[in-house]
Amino acid sequence: MRFQSLGQYGLVLFAIVYLAGVYFVSSPVWMGFTINALIVALAALSWNITGGFGGLSSFGHAALYGTGAYASAILQVKYGFNAWIGFGAGIAAGSAMGALIGGLAFRYGLKGSYFALVTLAFAEVLRICASSFEWTGGGSGLQLKLMPGLAQLQIVDRPWIYTGLLAVVALVMLLTALIQKSRFGAYLIAIRENEDAAEALGINTYQIKVQAMAISGAFGGLAGVLYLQLWLFIDSTVVYGSAVSVEALIGPIIGGAGTVWGPLLGTLGLHLLGEGTKHLLPNSPGLNFVLYAVVLICALRFLPQGLVGFAARIGVLRKKDQDDA
Amino acid sequence: MKNTFNRRSLLQGTGALALGVSAPSVLRAQTPIVKVGVLEPLTGNLAYNGTQCAAGAKFAAETINAAGGIKSMGGAKIELVIVDAQSRPEVAASAVDTLVEANVCAFTGATASALGLASSQAAAKYNLAQVFSIGTAETVVSRGLPNVFRFTPGVNKCTSIALDNLKLLNQGAGNVVKTAAIVHEDGPFGSNMAKILTEELPKQGIQIVETIPHPTPHRDFSNIALRVKASKADILIPSNYINEYTLMARALNQQRVELKAIYSILGGAASNIKFVRENNEVAQYVMDCNHWYDPTKAESKALAAKVAAAGLDLTYDVMVSYATIQVIADALERGASADRQKMIASLAASTFDKSIMPYGPTKFVNGDNTSAQPVNTQIRGDKIELVFPKQYASAEAVFPMPVKKN
Amino acid sequence: MSILIIPAILSGMMMGAVYALVALGLTLIYGVLHIINFTHGSLLMLALYVVYFLNLQLGLDPYWVIPIVLPLFFILGYCLQRGLIAPMSGGSEQNVLLITLAISLMIDNLALYFWTSNTRSVDIAYAYDTVEIFGALLPFGRVVAFVVALGVAPLVWAFMVFTRTGSAIRAVAIEKRGAELVGIDVNHTYAICFGIGTACVALAACLLLPTFYVTPQVGYTFVLVAFTTVVLGGMGSLPGALLAGLLLGIIESLCGLFLGESLGQIGIFLAFILILFFKPSGLFGKRAGA
Repeated sequence: MRFQSLGQYGLVLFAIVYLAGVYFVSSPVWMGFTINALIVALAALSWNITGGFGGLSSFGHAALYGTGAYASAILQVKYGFNAWIGFGAGIAAGSAMGALIGGLAFRYGLKGSYFALVTLAFAEVLRICASSFEWTGGGSGLQLKLMPGLAQLQIVDRPWIYTGLLAVVALVMLLTALIQKSRFGAYLIAIRENEDAAEALGINTYQIKVQAMAISGAFGGLAGVLYLQLWLFIDSTVVYGSAVSVEALIGPIIGGAGTVWGPLLGTLGLHLLGEGTKHLLPNSPGLNFVLYAVVLICALRFLPQGLVGFAARIGVLRKKDQDDA
Repeated sequence: MKNTFNRRSLLQGTGALALGVSAPSVLRAQTPIVKVGVLEPLTGNLAYNGTQCAAGAKFAAETINAAGGIKSMGGAKIELVIVDAQSRPEVAASAVDTLVEANVCAFTGATASALGLASSQAAAKYNLAQVFSIGTAETVVSRGLPNVFRFTPGVNKCTSIALDNLKLLNQGAGNVVKTAAIVHEDGPFGSNMAKILTEELPKQGIQIVETIPHPTPHRDFSNIALRVKASKADILIPSNYINEYTLMARALNQQRVELKAIYSILGGAASNIKFVRENNEVAQYVMDCNHWYDPTKAESKALAAKVAAAGLDLTYDVMVSYATIQVIADALERGASADRQKMIASLAASTFDKSIMPYGPTKFVNGDNTSAQPVNTQIRGDKIELVFPKQYASAEAVFPMPVKKN
Repeated sequence: MSILIIPAILSGMMMGAVYALVALGLTLIYGVLHIINFTHGSLLMLALYVVYFLNLQLGLDPYWVIPIVLPLFFILGYCLQRGLIAPMSGGSEQNVLLITLAISLMIDNLALYFWTSNTRSVDIAYAYDTVEIFGALLPFGRVVAFVVALGVAPLVWAFMVFTRTGSAIRAVAIEKRGAELVGIDVNHTYAICFGIGTACVALAACLLLPTFYVTPQVGYTFVLVAFTTVVLGGMGSLPGALLAGLLLGIIESLCGLFLGESLGQIGIFLAFILILFFKPSGLFGKRAGA
């Protein structure tokens, strides 16, 4: 990994030290909190593929996340399949949903805010359907049976859950970096910068965009499946709700959309902010969110390129053409 | 770096204590403290119920402390650690970590079954008991977790008792009710209730002519009111949350739907004094089968007075939460220890019968309190009266409703 | 079921009028500032509370406070856009969106903190009155909302077409730089537009409260439908918002009748998706595509 500036190295170092440090803190709160943040970071990494690299901002990423979670849950609860099969199926289902939504949306030439809104609509349709049919558990949601053990992907030991998640996040970030460096990634970025020019250059923009949605869907489905295996219960609001969609996009934007480290840094940063405000104002439920919102607004104002972009200007190193962040 | 984290976690720990703690512990050394957690959604769409529950717990702790605290532990005062579940399951589960760090001996919560399922599962890893004030989904007590204690009745019991009481009421009125329409929220308790009713009502000779699920929130009940009207049902059995219940009641009135009775099961507004106050005309004679306290007990009356003095509404959330703190206090009293494992044992052996709820001696079977029961209430004038069972009744049931002269 | 169709259509239209009123302000703001305004739902909630408290403390009827509430919220909207959103967004469209999201988070939680999550509703004499139309009993409050919506939409449209400010707003919407060149103060114009949009949502609140309630979360209940209405009608089109609102109200009502109230909700979103596919510029939209 090579970065543009000392600032970026510092930021990444901070993140790594924090993540490693969680192991040594005696309080269980930090590990639990970071586990939650990592799952959201996965959703953020998923959004980043299309929203960051492709410039296709989606407001309904919950559609991919929730589909992964539900696919796995249905296979396990309704058909008695093993959790690992559910795991694979969830990723596949998320990918398929991504391809479907992308395929339809791009077929009809949607982009910008129209694309964003259509993804929102899809997420809502899925949410309503999930809560209306018996097959998806209806309003009661789906509860996995408590079967601790690796065989059913229900890890009990918290440090192992944490390590597992760290490994998955690292893997997805590695894949993101590979995508960024690949020809596919170059095409995707070209489409983001100027779709017409890319088209003129002979790039099959439709195919690239749909593929990006499929990859994004796979990562999103992965995040959903891991959420399921962690909490063993999902319902339509929890996995298809707008909160998921918002969290998936806000992390990368604050951290730096279209970068490899952006989603993780942004998500960690926002979660730490949330915890911080909760501790500053423990007796006033609601006020902590107000403080959070104020800081968020300031971050948006003063860090328009996200944390990564901001850090890029601190201690700039000589080689400017290689940017791995 | 390591120091920073330890300092942070220390700050984290003190920050989590939400009720007057930071005072120097020197002053408190004379009065021992035992900490009890309260995990409720204080923000998000369940904020109303969660806040009411937190209030109920506070009243209970105050009362118990004023009466001398936990005597077997040297008069230890109960200190509540109130944490916000933000109406999200993963937050509820993480909040358990905070409670463990604050050293609570047990905790109550969590209003919605989705939150309670997540929190009790997380608590199981720490052998931390969760005494559910409300957790109507039956999955709450069917996971085989030893740290789960549900003090109040679940949806199955509520529905079956409601059915029994309906049968008695109907028989007493000469079996005048023959058809029923069900309107329910499409979440866990509404759907389960509808399922049970579909099986059981016909056995009582009542035919179900309409079943209408709806989401929460729901903006317009005109169609639903019309469908109920068109079905010509004798009674309406609603099961939903306060806002939807209120809109539904209005729509029923506006569409001039004539019913012999409105018999709610876990109705959101039917046992809410605010509904009675603000929609008094349509609220008359509405019956509910819900969690409610025993109005004849002195401690219940004292609670009602305190709640009124605080300017809050006396809803069932306040009552059940108050009662669960009483249960925990009793377990502390018998076990004389704040150790989590001992608390689980103490709770499991509980035979507590002095709570404000109209229950006999507590008996937890697989975490479910078999002596818990819902009761029937009816709105009369500007009051909510308990009408069934007779031993706790404050008024006589009126069934069916008198015909309205329009 | 078939005898219920006409009442369903009529009550759907009544509900749709409320959607139209909420969407009126939103479409104006989107059409001109190109902002997907997430604060809209929170502002609706805020207006509902203001109307509620005016009724509670001063005994004022929600309809009579319209002359008070509308200017108040116009000023609020103006200040919000000029003082907070514009300076904080630094011009980036994506940022504007997130800033409006953050502001709505702020407003919602301030409301939760100060006013608690207790449901509030107004107790007025005519709350239960109904009006009989074609055999259907329609709540009086809803009929009033319908009539006002039909009246207000043309009024705002006329304002946009015939007044100087309205022309300035339209100019800025079409060609910002050109408008600047002819001496139009763009920032001021944007803020006025936001102010008008906010005043519209305040009007919606005055007409909604008699038949509804307010909690800190009530904004969410309407905001998604409002977005759908805006897109369906054509972003920036006022007659579009009115028509789309009514149409969506009817679609929602009929789908609820035939698919059940839970599943029926997809009617709105499916309509949304189909419009985005086949005519993204909406029923009356001026621009095709994004």
